[in-house]
Parts: sequence; C-alpha cells; structure tokens
Amino acid sequence: MTVRSTLNVPDGMELVSTDRRSVIKGVAGGALGLSAAASGPAFVGAQVATPATPVAALLGSPGELVIYSGRSEDLIAGVIDIIESAGDIDAQVSYGSTGEIAIRILEEGTNSPASLFIAQDAGALGQLANEGRLAPLPDEILSRVDPRFVSPDGLWVGLSARARVLVYNTEMVAESDLPASLLDLIDESWAGQVAWAPTNASFQSHVTALRQEMGEDTTREWLQAMIDNGTVAYEGNGQIVTAVCDGEIATGLVNHYYLWEKIAEEGEQPAANYYFPDGDVGALVNIAGAGVLAESPNPDQALRALDVLLGQDAQTYFAQNTSEYPLIAGVEPIADLPPLAEIETPDIDLTDLADLEGTVALLTEVGLL
Amino acid sequence: MATLGKTTVTTYESLTIPPGRVRLLTRRFPPMVFVVPALLVALLMLAPLVYLAIRATDSGSAIPASLFRSRTFDVTRNTALLALSVAVSASLIAVPLAWLTTRTNLPHPRYWSVVAALPLVIPSYVGALTIVAAMGPRGIVQGWLEGPFGIERLPSIYGFFGSWWALTLFSYPYVYLGVQAAFRGIDPALEEAARSLGLGPYRSFFRVMLPQLRPAIAAGALLSALYTVSDFGVVSLMRYDVFTRAIYVQYQSSFDRTAAASLALVLVAFTIVILALEWWVRGRAQQYRVATGAARAVRRVDLGRWKWLGVGYCGLIFVSAVVLPMAVLVYWLVRGTSAGDAVGRLWGQAFNSATVSLLAGVVTVALALPTAVLSVRYRNRFTTLLERQTYLGYALPGVAIALAFVYIGARYVPSLYQTIWLLLIGYAVRFLPQALGAERVSLLQISPRVEEASRTLGENVLGTLRRVTLRLARPGLLAGFGLVALTVMKELPVTMMLAPIEFETLATGIWQATQTGAYGRAAAPALILIAISAIPSLVLSRRGLDQAA
Repeated sequence: MTVRSTLNVPDGMELVSTDRRSVIKGVAGGALGLSAAASGPAFVGAQVATPATPVAALLGSPGELVIYSGRSEDLIAGVIDIIESAGDIDAQVSYGSTGEIAIRILEEGTNSPASLFIAQDAGALGQLANEGRLAPLPDEILSRVDPRFVSPDGLWVGLSARARVLVYNTEMVAESDLPASLLDLIDESWAGQVAWAPTNASFQSHVTALRQEMGEDTTREWLQAMIDNGTVAYEGNGQIVTAVCDGEIATGLVNHYYLWEKIAEEGEQPAANYYFPDGDVGALVNIAGAGVLAESPNPDQALRALDVLLGQDAQTYFAQNTSEYPLIAGVEPIADLPPLAEIETPDIDLTDLADLEGTVALLTEVGLL
Repeated sequence: MATLGKTTVTTYESLTIPPGRVRLLTRRFPPMVFVVPALLVALLMLAPLVYLAIRATDSGSAIPASLFRSRTFDVTRNTALLALSVAVSASLIAVPLAWLTTRTNLPHPRYWSVVAALPLVIPSYVGALTIVAAMGPRGIVQGWLEGPFGIERLPSIYGFFGSWWALTLFSYPYVYLGVQAAFRGIDPALEEAARSLGLGPYRSFFRVMLPQLRPAIAAGALLSALYTVSDFGVVSLMRYDVFTRAIYVQYQSSFDRTAAASLALVLVAFTIVILALEWWVRGRAQQYRVATGAARAVRRVDLGRWKWLGVGYCGLIFVSAVVLPMAVLVYWLVRGTSAGDAVGRLWGQAFNSATVSLLAGVVTVALALPTAVLSVRYRNRFTTLLERQTYLGYALPGVAIALAFVYIGARYVPSLYQTIWLLLIGYAVRFLPQALGAERVSLLQISPRVEEASRTLGENVLGTLRRVTLRLARPGLLAGFGLVALTVMKELPVTMMLAPIEFETLATGIWQATQTGAYGRAAAPALILIAISAIPSLVLSRRGLDQAA
C-alpha cells in the first residue's frame, strides 16, 4: 500500500518516496540550493549543465514520472521536453481534458499511477485539493510565484496566467463602441452579438468569479438577461474565435490566447482582444497550474518537474508558444500582450473558484447546461 | 468436456429414431461450452451498469432530486426525436442503396457497393467539424455564394437539423451493410417463385423481399439509433442538448459523478425502450435456405433509363458523406501552417490504431459468438435476455464506460490497468453489439438442418461449430470484425482513458490538434485514419461480392 507522502520541504528537508521508501535527508548544500533557486533564471540553466548538483538533489531525484495533463499536447509537449532534459526525468504523459483527468484521478483512487497533475484552471486543482488528493508543496516552489496565483494551503501552484477577454471582429465593431463592463453586455445594442461557451471550464470559472464578486442572485439575473438578449452558445473558445474571425458573430467571451493561436495558424485576422478596464469583473485573470498527488508513486520526480516548470526555460516556452503570461520574475510575455500588471483585475481569490458545483447548479438552473 | 462429448454421443446413438426427434436437438438445454462463456461475457457487459449504480447512489438518496427537472425531460425528448429521425432517415437512404448495388444493373456495382459503406470510416466528430466549416452560417460554401449572389449568411445548421443531417450521413452504413448482406443471403428462388406466381416486381419486393429484409433493417436501424444516442462529437459541435451532452457536462465541469451517473442510468432505461421497439419491428423472423449450394446468380433488375437517376442517387450520398468532409480536410491540410508539425509521429499513431483495431475486432467477434449462437440456435427467454442485455450499455457515452473500467481497473485489477488488455476489454464491452448483430444475421440465414446433419454424422458441438457453422457464417463474422475494427479506429474516450500511457492513436492525434484549433495538424491524421479504415471496408465489400457472384 502506498504511504501518504510528506512533501513539505523546509530547510531541514525530508522527502519520502513511496515506492522505494527511501528518505532523502537534508542535503548539505540545502541552503546553497535555496539561494541558487531564488535567483530563478540562472538556476535551471545551471541544472542543465550539471544535473547532479546539490540543488537537483534538493528538489527530487532523476527517474520516471507519470504526468496527467489536462492541457493539450500542443501546448505542453515542448515543456515536457524541457522537464526531461533539464530534470533528467523520463516523463510519461497521459493527456485529456482537465475535467476528465480530475475525475479519472478520483476514480482511480489511491492506486492512481499519476504523480503530477497539470491542470487547465484553478477550479479543478481546488476540487482535487478539497478531496484531499493533493500533497502540500514546499515553500521553495510556492515562493517563486505571486501569492495570488498560488493555493493558500500550498497545495497547488500556478504555472501560467490567462486573462478573460472579449474578442471582437474589428470590421463589425469599433473599439470605442465596446462596453466598459462585462455587465453591460445585457444592453439591447448587443442583442445576438455576443458568443459564450457555457460548457467550457474557463467560462465556468469566470461565472464562479461573478458569483463570488456579485452574489448568487445578481449573477443569476445577469445570466438570465444575457440569455434573453440572445447570447449565442458555442462549444468552446476555439469555435468562438473562429466564428468571430469569420464574421459569424461580432464578439465573444474567451481566454486571451485563442486569438493568438488562430493568428499563428492562419495569419492576420480581422479580430482583436478587449480587456475590460477598471477592475471590472470581466477582466478575470485565471491560471493554469499543477499539483502533486498525495499518493504519488514518485513525489521526488514530481517536485523536480515542478522546479523545472517554474524555471526560465519552461516559463519562456509558455510565454512564446502558448501566448500566456509567465509567472516567475524575469520572464516577459510576448510583446503584443498588455503586461499582466496593467490588467486591472477584480479582487478575487482563485481558491474560491473551486466551487464549480455551485456554478454548474446555477448554469443548469437558468438552462444553459 | 468429456461428459459433454459423451452426452452428445449418447444423443446421437439414439438417432435411429423418427426424423421428428431431430427437431428436439435444438430445444435441449444449450451446451455448457456456449452457456458458460456467454454468462461471463454478460457479467462483463453489466460491469459499467454496476459502476453507474454505485455512483448514482453515492449521495445516499437512491434517486437524486436533480433528475426531476424539466431539463431531464427536454433531454429525453430531444434524444428520442434525434434517435428516431436518424434511424428512419438512415433506413430510407440505406435500403435503396443496398437494392441498387445488389439487385439492379447499376453501372459499376462493385464500385458503388464499396463506396456506399465508406461514410463509416469518417469519425463523426471530424465529419461534423467539416460540415460546420463548409455549411456553417459563414462557412466555405457561404464564401462561394457571397461573391456572385451577395449571400452574407447561410441559415444556421446548429441544433437539431445539423445533428440529424450529420448523424444520418455517418450512421446509415450500419443499415446499409446489414441490408446488403441480407439481399445477398436471400434465396433468389423465393423471389422467382413470387414472380412466377404472378406478382409484379414491386409487389414481389414489398411482399416477399421486404419481410425477408425486416430483421436486417431493424438491426441496422437499432445500431444507427444507438450510435446516435451514444454519439458525443456531433451533438457537442452542433450544440444539441441530448443525453450524452448533458452527461458529459456533468462529468466535465462539476465533478459531480452522482448526477452524471443518474443521468446515464436514465439513458439506460431509455435504451430499453429502443430495444423493445426494435424487438417489435424485428418480429419472430427466421429465414434460411437449406443449402447455400442451391443458390443461383441473382437476376438483376434492368433499371432502363432510370439507371442514371440511380447513379446520381449513389453519387449524391457519396459526395455529401465522404467527398465533402475529405475536401475540407485537404483544404485545411493545404492552408494550415501547422500541417507539417508532428508528421514523424503519424506512422506510429497509424500503426497503433491499426493494431488495436484488428485485435479489438478479433476479441469482440470471439466474445460475441457464444451469445450469438445461443440466441439464435437455442432461443428461449433466457438466451434472448442474454443477447438483449449486451445492448444496454451500447447507448452509454464512451466516457461512462471508460470511467467504469478506470474504477474497476485501478482499484481491483491494477496489474491490467493501463495495459492494452484492459483497453481491448473496454472496446469489446462498448462495441460487442456490433459483432453480435452481424453474427446473428448470418446465423439466422443458416438452416439448423445443416448443423443437425453434421451432428448426425458424428461431429460434436464444437466440431460442428468450427467445421460447419463458422464456415457458413463467415460473412457475418467478417462483417462483425470489420465493423468493430472500423469503429475502434475512430473511438476516443475509452482510448484516452484506458490506453497505456503515451499510447497514441490517430484518433487521439486528431483530438490533440483540434483542442487548440490547429485544424491543419488535425487534417493529416484524419485523412490517414480515413485511408486506413477504407482498406478493411474495401476488402469486406469485395469479399461479399465475390461470394455472391
């Protein structure tokens, strides 16, 4: 039987590996490791050259690692390569949608072969955390990321950030005509001109944020008003962006990077992203993140992988290849994006986004699901 | 086994008796060599239902309040409407196609006969994606019409219409294949007799042929209806609210396994209604001719000047169901800049797809055989129940079956979990009815007299099965194998959840690419998948033709 592993790694660290039951005691160079790691960028680079430094020992050991990824291979495969080479880890990845993978982990029970769960949004990670399936992460990992993108219990950490935007067709709508608030989309002038994706996890997280911000009743009224205003449901963000670019519909509520993917695939598009201003609830910034499973067969390797994921190479990869916002200091997003600091986000705790069940109940009640 | 053999011998030693006793052979208690495996298979088939029952009662109360919502009724009504419409329209498309290709002097019948089954090779998700791209309000077709005609927007295809259209096109081959086989299996003597007794060609078709085709039409329509009910790809893209979509939403977003499982069980109840309908349509039909050797070449109907209308009909369906999706895929391949990525992995994916499909085909045909023999040759309430229950899970969305085997595999047989064996079992449970249906149609057309003759001549139950029944039923076994292999090739949810880690197939490759809207990259695996699937369907159709000739 697997032993629940402790992944708290303070200075006098102790890592319990369940398969070998080996205990990696505090390494002599622990303090050195911390300071080296704190310098971020240089750290991963150094590790590539000399994988067997004390730093590497501090954050797990080389070996095999099973990763369940709720993010698609297109977005993640490059990062996996970085984990394999920089971390000297043989990573095996199983892909699926975030919701399906989370359920799969729950159904597998304590026998789950997975050690690391990479998720598309904070909600799914929060759910697994609530079910007691995630192990606490060491401060060394957590401290690299802005606290608003980290679980307060230290059970998961953000790897990259994405903003909710209103994508609009520039030939159909002028930027100056766009509303100041997400809530203004219920105005008659937007009747039938807005697309959303009620079954999509990012949209549902956004509705969860609305519920936290405005309360259950106001959110229900807003959703109902949107429906009455003829808001069009699509299957996902990708379909919405395609429809907006094709001029099938004028605007749509999506994550910011879908437009950039479309442009990378097919060249310039008659469309742009609009960030709701002034801390409007429409400008939510959510994360894609990761957590280590409590019954992980290879907790050492999982931590080591997380270390690489929050290093310069992997963060640069996220910035360049998925057009998301990197989360560690010293790595910049692509130039086309407004800086993360300039997006005036509503004051919302991402851990509160775990209450997906309440959101699904509400969306079901108003008839969207 | 020894006792079995002995029993058999005893039975035949007493066969110097009036011929009337021979009939009793089929009414005996069925041999254990069929009963035991059939029972094991039945247990396997019930596993997902047991899992759903466990999950549905998780919350304590047996029936969650969430079921009693108007939405559950809406979903039920939508599902019923869609399944029924698709079954009817698929039959209306398929029966004339099967008749044209087997019984008339349509030009190039071989070609059309193969081509008519081809939509089967198009994954419904890919098909729906291409239909939306081509026929959507601002799709490719609208683009062509905008210049010359100034049409800025086509009527929306989302909702019922688009779902019905796509599902009809991609599921009619289930009816077509069965009906085509039935046309070939019908003893021409029957029709000749009808004609010689003065019936015209139309009346002889409706009074002699159609009743013979009834089991095949009913079985095919059932498969097509259940395909519709279990399909997720089309209804999610067309945004039509049916059971699979509702169940998926529950799984996907709320982690609410209780609500999802309850909905899935309602779907099972719904399936029982469909099964009852099919059973009623199927009737108590048993047709066979005494010896295949007596069959003569079929006299083909001369279409005369209607010939070109027939060609046009076949062509129109081929263009809508096969040419159009493939043209869109080629368009994406040429236009998308992502098309070149990951080409190196295509061969591995193709190899994996082909391998699991072949293995799953063999395993499923073998697992279905005992139940098929029992339900046809030893027909009673019990064996009918055994056969019918295999369909219960057939309408479940793949994700429910996959999760059932994740639950069972990881918790109770971890040594099989994430191996190809559990994957094959998952496929077999999901698609067994396809093999079973094809086997049944073939067995129904073999006269039990032939088997009885073999037994009379001293061959035992298994020997008769091997040397007589299976040889005569070969078209059905092959058809079942082909159907399962083709369907497995396209399958996604079970593959994603149960395959060994990093086991990629063409279907998972397509899924990966479409996740981020990289249609250019999705096009290559999709086209390869279609090409590979076309090989077995081609071989199958040719074999059938050669046998008929």
